[in-house]
Formats: sequence, structure tokens, C-alpha cells
Amino acid sequence: MTTAAVPQSAPEKPRSRGPRQSIMSRSAAMLIMGVFTLYFLTPIWWLLVTSTKSGGDITGTSALWFTPDSVATFFTNITGLFAYENGLFVKWLLNSALYAGVGAFLGTIIAAMCGYALSKYEFKGREAIFNVVLSGVLVPATALALPLFLIFSEVNLTNTYWAVFLPSLVSPFGVYLARIYAAASVPGELLEAARLDGSGEVRTFFTVSSRLMAPALVTIFLFQFVTIWNNFFLPLIMLRDQALFPVTLGLYAWNSQISQIPELRTFVIIGALVSILPLIIAFLGLQRFWSSGLGAGSVK
Amino acid sequence: MRMHHGKTTAAVVMVSALALAGCAGGGDSSGAPEAAACEPSSEPVELTFTTWVPGMDEVVKLWNEENPDIQVEVQTGPNGNSGTYQNFFNQLQAGNAPDLGQIEYDALPNFRVQDGLENIAACEGVGNAGDQFIDWTWNQVTFGEEDAVYAIPQDSGPMALFYRADLFEQAGIEVPTTWEEYATAAEQIREEGAYITNFPRSDVNWFAGLVWQAGGEWFSSEDDGWEVNLTGEESTQVAEYWQGLLEDDLVSTLPSFSDEWNASFNEGDQWTWVSAVWGTSTLQSGAPDTAGKWAVAPMPQWDAGQSAAGNWGGSSTAVLKGSDHPYEASQFALWLNTDPEALALANELGGLYPAASAGADLEAFAGESEFFGGQAVYDVFAEASENVDPEFTWGPTMTQTYTDVSDGFGAAIGGESTLTEALQRGEQQTIDALKAQSIPVIE
Repeated sequence: MTTAAVPQSAPEKPRSRGPRQSIMSRSAAMLIMGVFTLYFLTPIWWLLVTSTKSGGDITGTSALWFTPDSVATFFTNITGLFAYENGLFVKWLLNSALYAGVGAFLGTIIAAMCGYALSKYEFKGREAIFNVVLSGVLVPATALALPLFLIFSEVNLTNTYWAVFLPSLVSPFGVYLARIYAAASVPGELLEAARLDGSGEVRTFFTVSSRLMAPALVTIFLFQFVTIWNNFFLPLIMLRDQALFPVTLGLYAWNSQISQIPELRTFVIIGALVSILPLIIAFLGLQRFWSSGLGAGSVK
Repeated sequence: MRMHHGKTTAAVVMVSALALAGCAGGGDSSGAPEAAACEPSSEPVELTFTTWVPGMDEVVKLWNEENPDIQVEVQTGPNGNSGTYQNFFNQLQAGNAPDLGQIEYDALPNFRVQDGLENIAACEGVGNAGDQFIDWTWNQVTFGEEDAVYAIPQDSGPMALFYRADLFEQAGIEVPTTWEEYATAAEQIREEGAYITNFPRSDVNWFAGLVWQAGGEWFSSEDDGWEVNLTGEESTQVAEYWQGLLEDDLVSTLPSFSDEWNASFNEGDQWTWVSAVWGTSTLQSGAPDTAGKWAVAPMPQWDAGQSAAGNWGGSSTAVLKGSDHPYEASQFALWLNTDPEALALANELGGLYPAASAGADLEAFAGESEFFGGQAVYDVFAEASENVDPEFTWGPTMTQTYTDVSDGFGAAIGGESTLTEALQRGEQQTIDALKAQSIPVIE
């Protein structure tokens, strides 16, 4: 699974008004971007092409181009994928959607409230808390998986939906982003005005501040969605029941069995293609909100 | 079950280091085994069984229908080395491991030294079940200890020589019966523009199978510790032999089981493959265009006239430590691996070649195989199975040993080193790894 590039929330640097950039430097920049685009898109292209092939054709034909009966094979593959083991793959997709969708949604709200509070309220130990959260960014999730497993074992929650869901709610990076963005985009005067008008703090957050923070929230959501969707190690350690697997772990398990069941090769490939579609859709769908936010920020 | 010593992710390795650090010192390979009393439960029992054999849930369904009071739930995970073993270790530490787990023979010692296996010797029918299984597989699950049985053998991978009968005949080359003839054939085949076979850098367990055939032993477990000997006479002989083939460019060096590897078999660039019984299905799926052109002969021998065979792969059904119902678990494991109906279904759906001696008589192994030009190939493997040296012991840190030796093989393939040096380094690194885990080593 690919991790798509994460959008930056910082406003884009305004285009240089100074002397015109030389054609040389512009084309050099274009060239570098072109190379990287190619670098990132080629595997996806390969995935698309290969998902239209069956068994022997995967190795026997040109790797980056279609075969004459591509369309028919593609549909055979995809029907086979969804039918295999009574639609196990669909189950995995739904699990991933649940883990990533609900997890990212709640995780974003928590991170936003937390970052907002750290930015807008002054209280004792504020910086200390923020620093602790910030240091959380530095600890890789992988390193926490085993301790989490032992903790969840204590309360008999391993091999349950909660074992993957609960740890997914936490996003230190989201808190950091929310605090920075709240500081920059939610004016203190506005909060004063809201208080004078008799709005409670919680209501102010949901009706006023969260709207101003929307671009950051979309970014946090996307970031968290991708992280949870691609999360592999935590489910690997926590889950034993195939019915609870997210799509990443399911494909991995299939992939480790290819040598025993060769037909799985086709399913792993087309399954990988299907599993990145939600990420692409999430990005394209939310890009609108996210870039309109950028625009709003930069013409101030 | 074939044992792909897969590339575990760095993360898995890291966590395994953490987990082992937590267990180090707790392991005791030489402790006197005590077969605890093994009594049936008076109430209905539910067991969990983790495996990665495809179709195992169907086999278990048979059991569940016949045994309403002992219901088994199957949990499927990735391959052992791809995560399931690490999960077992984590779960053992947390005290919530499944009752039964699939464990390959080369991983059993690791679980044994970490005290992860239940001794089921006292359970009904287990202590004297040895004669129902191929000798060497039974030795793997008892570790040669008295009154001890730590798992029930499930499947095995006796080795033989797959070869392209049509190409050998066309070129007028004799099918080799000794390793010397094999090297000569390698030269002749190279002149035809093909390779006799592929040397896989990451299948260290394949290489171990060749050493096994030659009569070598990499590990032995003594009363006061483990002896590590990757550089014995036989190992060196095998290493130097393949080193010679590599240096003369007589074997290819593709990553095994990869697409290009399959393609090279499919396109006739590989004329032979010294492999295990499960290789029959690997070839059929990976090289479909070569159907009908293959045949199987016994492995080439070091001394003409002998009939030694190696083994590559195989796994057992173990009762994991902490199971509340070792009696029921052991009865299920016995049934799973000896009942003719269960064996037949596990072979049909999961491709298992049974470790039970009676398994060779299954209908699936009778008669001729079309892919192999009408040859009754399983007869060759059944015979090979009888000719596998019963004395071969795996070490307690095989994942590490495989990784280190495989790195050395990679360097040898690149021409920077030799296979013999790879084994020497692997031996030293294994000794270091054992010491780091407080496992006693005899040097």
C-alpha cells in the first residue's frame, strides 16, 4: 500500500514577485517534479496493469502494458476476489473503513479539541503537557504495539475490534497541528466576542472555532485516515480472527500463502489496487475543502 | 508445509528482540521434562487452534461434527515466520495463547527453550503414538527427551530431484544419480544455454536439507547446552560443491519463488530442481506451460549406490503452554494428524504431505500424475521419506541463523565471499545469539 503524500497545512509561499525566475531554474524544478511523479505513479500503474492479468501472464507479458483480453480478465479477477472465501475481502474492506473512518473522525475531534485548548487557554503545566504530546510524535507506533498488546491482554481486549480502534484515536501530530493552526487562525477577539454574546466554551468551539480551523481539521482527518488505513503492525499483533482483519493485514496474510495457493497472487494484486481506491477517493474528495482553506489564508 | 524463511520486517525483528529479552533466562533446554497428569475435562470444552494451512477450517469441521463436547475454533494468520510465531510468543507472555498452534519443525526448539510448549506425553494415546509417524518427525517433537512429547507431527517435505525429462532426452544427457554426475550435467546444460538449477540465497533451510542428506548436523542439544556446528565436514562439502557451481556460472541465482524464478522454470531455462514433495504444486502453478515434461528421481547421492534423502519443510501441531485443556487439545491434534479422512482433506485443500506413516497410502498419492508425464511421483517421495536421517536437530534461533547465513550467501553470490565463509560467520553469529539469550552453548 502506498502512503500518499500528506498535504501541508502551512500556507503556500506566495509566488515570487521579484525578478522573473529564469527559464532554466523553472524547467529544472519541473524536471525534478516530473521525475518524482513518475517515480510515485509507476508502481500504481504497474498495479493497475497487472490487475488485468491472470496467473501466467503476470510474468509472461510486458509488465507495464495490457494484454488483449485485459478488460475481461480484470472483471474475472475482481469477481473472483470478492467471491473468495465467501466475500472475506469485502469484510476486510468494511473493517478498514470502520477502523479508519470512525477512528479518524473521532481522532480528529479529540486532537482538535486538545490542540485548541492548548492554544487558547492558559493554565498551569500547559507547555509541559504540550511537550509530552509533542514527544509522542517522536515515538514510532511500531514500538508501542507490543506494550499495547500486553496492556490489552490484561483487560482481555485483544482480538477484538477495540484493540485496533482505541489506539487509533490518538494522534499527537494532530494535536500539534491543531494547536499551531488554532493559534494562527482563531483570533482571541472573536472568542471574547462569543463569550460576551453568552456562548459557552464548548458551543464556541463547535460553532465558531472549529469552522475557522476547518482546513487543519481536514488535514488531520486525512492524515489520520491514511495512517489507520495503512496501519499493519498493530492489527498483526492484536488480531487472530480473520473476520476482524483490516485489508492491509488480510492481504499480507494472503501474500504469505501464495506459494501454497498460487491463485492468491492475482487476488493480492487486485486486492491491493482496490484497497488504495478509498485513499484516492478520500484525497480527491477532501482536497476541495483543504485547498479552499489554503486560499483563504493566503489572501489575508 | 513448506518453510519459506520469509523476510520478516525490521519491525518484527525488533519486537522479537524485545520479547526475547523479556524471556531470556526463563528458557532451559535441558531441564528435566515432567509430563504432568493429563485428565479429561468433565465439561464441554472449547479450543482455539491457530494455523495457516489453507482449508484447515474444513478439516476441523469434520472433528466438530463428531465431537460435540470438544469444539475447536480455527484462527488463520500469516505464515509462521511472517508474524504468527511472534504472536505466539507475545501471547504466551501475556498468558492468552491459543490452545493449539501450528509450528514448523525448525521453530519448535525455539518454543521449547522459551518454555512455550505443553508436554503432552501423559495424555491418552500420545506417549506411544510414535510408531504412527515417520521416525525423524517424531524425533523432532520429542527432542530425544524421555517421557516427553511436545507436539504432534503434521506434515513433512521429503526431497527428490525434479527434472525436465524431455530436455534431458533431447540433449542426450543422463539423468544424474550422484552429485558428481550432477555437476557434469550442469556443464553440459550450460552449453545448451540453460541452467541446471537455481541457487536460492534465502532458502537456507533448503541448503540445510542438502546437508541433512549428506549426514551433517547443524545443532545438537546436550545436557549442558547446545552445540552449534554449521561448519562440519558434510556442511563444508555441500558448501564447496555449490560454491564451485556458482563460480563456474553453472547455476542461476534468482530470488526463489519470485515471478522471474517461476518464469525461468516456465520457459525451460531451468532443467532441474532439488526440492521437496510440495514442489509438485509449485511447479504446476509456476510453470504451467511445461506440463507433462517433468519427471522425478531420487536426490543425487554423494556416494554412488546410496539412497539418502533430505527434507525441506514440515510442521507440527503443538499444544501451547497455558492451555486449560491439554487432554482435549492432544486428542484433537492426534486425530488431525492420523485420521485418514482428516489427512486426505488436509492434503486436498492445504497440500499437506502427511507425517503419519500411513499417509503415504492416501488415494491422492496413488496413481500417475499427468503433469509428470504419467509418472507415479509420490512413490519416489514416499521412499525418500523413509530415507531421511532421523537424527537432525534444529537450533533454538533458526530465524536468526537463516537471516545471517542468507546474508552470507548473498555475499557469496555477489562474489565477495564464499558459501563456506557464510556458514562460518553464521555459526559464530548463532553462538552469539544463543549467548545473548542466556542459552548455554558448548564451544
